[in-house]
Amino acid sequence: MTPTLGLAPVREQLANGITLIVKQTPTQPAVTISAAMSTGSLCDPLGGEGTAHLLARVLDRGAGTRTGDEVADVLDLHGVSPSITVSRHTTTVTCDCLAEDVETMLELVADMLRAPACSDADTEICRGQLLTRLRQDEDSPATRALEAVMPLLYGEDHPYGRRPKGSPATVQSIDRTQLLEFHAARFPPDRLTVVLVGDISVSGAVAALTRVSGAWRGGADPLMSAAHELMIERLAFGEPWSRLPPPAAGSRRRLVIPMPAKAQADIVYGFTTIVRSDPAFYAYWVMNNVLGQYGIGGRLGRSIREQQGMAYYAGSMFEAGHIAGPLLVRAGVNAGNVDRALESIEAEVVGMARDGATDDEVTSAKRYLVGSIPRSLETNAGIARFLQTTEQFGLGLDHDRTLPGLVDAVTVEAVADAARRTLRPEQAAIVIAGPYEES
Amino acid sequence: MLDNGLQVRVVEMHTAPLVSVWCWYRVGSKDERPGLTGVSHWVEHMNFKGTTGIPPDDFKQFIDRFGGFWNGYTWIDQTTYMATATKDALDEMLFMEAERMDRCLYDAEATESERSVIVSELQGGENDPDHLLDIEVTATAFKAHPYRHPTIGWIGDLQTMTRDDLHGFYRRYYTPANATLVIVGDVEADQALRQVERRFGGITAGPEPSRVRTTEPDQTGERRLEIVREGATGYVKVAYHAPAATDPDFAPMLVLDAALTGAKGLNLWSSFSGPTPQRRARLYRALVDGGRAAAVSGSFVATAEPYLFMVSATAGEGVPLDELRDSALAALDSARDDGVSDVEVERAKRQLRARIVLENNSITNIGHQIGFFETVAGAHLLAQLPGRIAEVSSEDVARVAARYLATNNRTVGWFRPA
Repeated sequence: MTPTLGLAPVREQLANGITLIVKQTPTQPAVTISAAMSTGSLCDPLGGEGTAHLLARVLDRGAGTRTGDEVADVLDLHGVSPSITVSRHTTTVTCDCLAEDVETMLELVADMLRAPACSDADTEICRGQLLTRLRQDEDSPATRALEAVMPLLYGEDHPYGRRPKGSPATVQSIDRTQLLEFHAARFPPDRLTVVLVGDISVSGAVAALTRVSGAWRGGADPLMSAAHELMIERLAFGEPWSRLPPPAAGSRRRLVIPMPAKAQADIVYGFTTIVRSDPAFYAYWVMNNVLGQYGIGGRLGRSIREQQGMAYYAGSMFEAGHIAGPLLVRAGVNAGNVDRALESIEAEVVGMARDGATDDEVTSAKRYLVGSIPRSLETNAGIARFLQTTEQFGLGLDHDRTLPGLVDAVTVEAVADAARRTLRPEQAAIVIAGPYEES
Repeated sequence: MLDNGLQVRVVEMHTAPLVSVWCWYRVGSKDERPGLTGVSHWVEHMNFKGTTGIPPDDFKQFIDRFGGFWNGYTWIDQTTYMATATKDALDEMLFMEAERMDRCLYDAEATESERSVIVSELQGGENDPDHLLDIEVTATAFKAHPYRHPTIGWIGDLQTMTRDDLHGFYRRYYTPANATLVIVGDVEADQALRQVERRFGGITAGPEPSRVRTTEPDQTGERRLEIVREGATGYVKVAYHAPAATDPDFAPMLVLDAALTGAKGLNLWSSFSGPTPQRRARLYRALVDGGRAAAVSGSFVATAEPYLFMVSATAGEGVPLDELRDSALAALDSARDDGVSDVEVERAKRQLRARIVLENNSITNIGHQIGFFETVAGAHLLAQLPGRIAEVSSEDVARVAARYLATNNRTVGWFRPA
């Protein structure tokens, strides 16, 4: 397993603080633009949950000197549809465009992040869309279970315990002024990382981004920022994420969300894990792969889907972040199988915590994870995602080359230790949503 | 082509040390008879459950050891199996596909276990009202053609189908002459072909599989249906019978769909990976900017036989469902009666041109497109479509709008939350 990759991206800091990372891949006349602002739903004001999501929806509906219709004209004429996503920590605008259109699109993306119009009319349209999304989420057992496990794991008042998209009441309460204040305080250029991957030279990328964003200066408006800090009370602007409170101390918690009209129940069985900078991260990555991913859902999938035929999906996901992120076991099962599926999940979790993984399992998982690296870097968008993560967590520009070695170095003992530290049923948070009632 | 009839396509692309292998079969839910709906999809599941040469427990891990991604899907015209992995996995990937073509186990116990997995998949889909409405509208739009039943099958058939039904179907359709193998990536074509010959050359050709031969009669009047169920949001769908991929009207319909709901391109596999450019599209402006819908989308895909152009809308907050439905129909009728403008046509064509470039951004996506079009129309159509789209005129779009968006040609369905 010798690392043979070498993205060798180039990283530049513009005078206004924007970080630019460029990787030229001239195999297709196209470019991926990924612009990530280090502001996510965690920054929502208390009582204003949903602000980051609502702002994200308004970003491409009028920006800079362009009206919403003019932005739409440019996007549609070039066949571009930006994907604007909000995580707890970031707001990211991503789009693929033809190489001939890159400067036009870059200017538009920079304008969206620098000066969104947030017109009353467009804010109302986007508010309606977000409210509908919330209603759809409330009608989805899978989403209900996933959302409900977070306050159980972290506590309702913890930033990770709050609903990222807010509630209908909070979304209804956010007005245009609040959106603009949030933007003014939270979208300065020095918190922006732009990654460009594709048929574009480094010098061309630097020149283009400088031209379209050079006038975007300074950080947040100090007065606006001070007012905003009073409003949000908790997270001071610029405060390192590592100063977020740790997850709530765990005791076993269980919540049933009855949805009798649904055909299937969704189970989430969760734990808190570690921060991304923890040296044990790679052992956790391997452990999660063995538990709930390798093949079709790892040990969990083999037991619940393959051997017992109880579920279409069963597996686990692991997300280490700026604070200890979650490891979530998930399964979708017939209501009559919920108790049996829970027993099976618990058996796999307990078994892994007690005995760890076998030599063969660890070797196979490591081979899979190392082998999957070139595949994840196959497209411009895949490379851009990788480079954004690398920048977000400070993993180094050569991370594509160091990563195989880091995975390869994981031992059976380290995997067992990760399992012992985390897979503790007495601290699990369990949610069942669907046509199921507590007996 | 091998002597046993297996079509092979190899495309060398030396951009990354990867290879993508797709094995396509010309069998899908359109080949199913009443009582056996869902059989092609269930067969796909069974074909991941071990062969004489690969034990069941190893099958789903076979590609993982090379860091590979693997999957499969069944739709109305085709079933496919794919894997993308490091190039040193090529021979293992070919071995696995050859095993799958000829030597799957169909163990009785595994069949029963998979029955409940598939019922779980069906129930998971039913949790989504939009998906439920899609199934009902499709089933109402077709009276005779097997495109009417969902690929996953009707629950009654899933409960009664036997192991022998599944195995018999597998033996009929999984033959070299009914398959196309596509290899794209960091390979040498001559060497890859030799490997294919070694792995697949010994498989018997088998007889030409039988087909369900039914032509859907012309629709004689609008059909409407309503689903009333517990739910949070209303949905409306309007489905029109639409031309097959080989029809000269296919390219103008693609442009019409793009003008009405935004261009999706031609790649079913990658079409879910990002949003559609649609802010200036006719129906987005009428329904979303008009304050009646939270979202609108269109679906028009290359199919072997005439299928559907379907428009879907999600009701906006507080918008009466009837108002949304009537607004959607009014916008569609306006396109039917007056066509779309030159500006809309040019924008739609430009969008399609960009999407077709962008959707071919990986060996996986390129492998999909070659095989997918092979199963519906022959791969030559894929190469011809960009040119055909470029030649579409406003008059062409107006003509297909007038023809296909006719009231008598449509089925209107809505989901009303109880």
